[in-house]
Amino acid sequence: MTFPENLKYTKDHEWIRVEGDTGVVGITEYAQGELGDVVFVELPQIHKQVKQGESFGTIEAVKAVSDLYSPLSGEVIEANAELEKAPELVNKDPYGKGWIMKLKISATNELDALLDVKTYRELIGK
Amino acid sequence: MKQTTFYNIHKQLGAKIVEFAGFEMPVQYSGIIDEHKTVRSSVGIFDVSHMGEFEIRGKDALALVQKVTTNDASKLIDGKVQYSSMCYPDGGIVDDLLVYKFENHFMLVVNAANLNKDFDWIKSNIGSMDVQLIDKSDDISLLAVQGPKSLVTLQKLTGANLNAMPYYTFVHGNLAGFDMLISRTGYTGELGFELYFEGTVTISEKIWNAIMNAGKEYGIKPIGLGARDTLRLEMGMCLYGNDIDQTTNPLEAGLGWVTKLDKGDFIGRDVLLKVKEAGVKRKLIGFTIDADKAFPRHGYEIRSNGSAVGHVTSGTVSPILDKGIGMGYVDVSCAQVGTTLGIVIRNKEIKAQVEKTPFIKK
Repeated sequence: MTFPENLKYTKDHEWIRVEGDTGVVGITEYAQGELGDVVFVELPQIHKQVKQGESFGTIEAVKAVSDLYSPLSGEVIEANAELEKAPELVNKDPYGKGWIMKLKISATNELDALLDVKTYRELIGK
Repeated sequence: MKQTTFYNIHKQLGAKIVEFAGFEMPVQYSGIIDEHKTVRSSVGIFDVSHMGEFEIRGKDALALVQKVTTNDASKLIDGKVQYSSMCYPDGGIVDDLLVYKFENHFMLVVNAANLNKDFDWIKSNIGSMDVQLIDKSDDISLLAVQGPKSLVTLQKLTGANLNAMPYYTFVHGNLAGFDMLISRTGYTGELGFELYFEGTVTISEKIWNAIMNAGKEYGIKPIGLGARDTLRLEMGMCLYGNDIDQTTNPLEAGLGWVTKLDKGDFIGRDVLLKVKEAGVKRKLIGFTIDADKAFPRHGYEIRSNGSAVGHVTSGTVSPILDKGIGMGYVDVSCAQVGTTLGIVIRNKEIKAQVEKTPFIKK
């Protein structure tokens, strides 16, 4: 299982890749494995304001449905429309084509509350 | 936590293991959708050794089975299997089960999650009957081999004439070099067999490997509990704990066909007779959702004309129909096939139609 070094992680198994004042958000390889076959991702509305730790959408696998939680506060500036046609990208390429949304980050100090790779690996025991 | 005799195999195959009914069981291997489609199109092998098996022996064995189960076990001849249920005196369901009739005894196959409860319940109803109730669950391993290619796969390994076996019958046979009970049963709606045997890890692994080799040319795959659930739901088969439990009775659950009120007395009969006379108030129905990407889940509210009429007991995406399917209890007034209902999915009411099960027509 891979967990890229340049990402920050949440306890709820999302990742965020910070690029300046924007962040790209998805779920981790561990999370997609636990969920199994993803059949639907409910994407957030563009311009929606989200708070750190708040639900911004849902992800539905064959077995169950789960909430998606935003790693940081900010404004949704893009959602991955590819997932509407091909939700399985979340399984196949969780850190690449399976990204879920892009955020304009409003409070970078919130980054301190996120986990680095080492801490995240400890959390999931991998 | 208990492990079945196939645990090492599941680990080697990289299965995702979950706790289920006190066992570490494989929930998926290659993925639920892939596994599901493999069983519908070819053949899959399931470890279902967590299931419970009780033997009932003695002079009054039939009398005890008749007392605790709702179907008519007196109709069984040697080598026949019967789907049945057990009820409490108030008509609530203790469990659903299979009853196997042997020359001198019966075998009951019960849900793993209910094993201890069922055993205690049956035991408490023995009274002065001359019977022995024996829990064989820890000794018996159980494999299900299901799918259109199951017969040709298994036939390579046994002299028993599998093609001559009608649905819901069993034979004693040697398969892959080991004696076992070969049962023409399953929980998928496909042509399929269930194999009961007593054996060590080594024997179990030999049997598993022989079946995998025999099925290789058909693309046989191991199937986890995840696909087992979607396969049974596509066929509209009940799962205890979801669709039936102690708060539901067999008549409203659509199990009237295994509830023989005229067979003589059995536990729950008095109440069920009254329910039948008065008519059931609610019914377990199947429904489909045509809306894109809207999947029902256990617990979701069911509405009719804007008001709540019941709740979803099982729901998923059907890998074959590629749409939402589910079951749930609704008021009888809206249980007719073709009725339009609403399912509340994430605070939105989504249209659903009552449909005859199985959802997959064979």
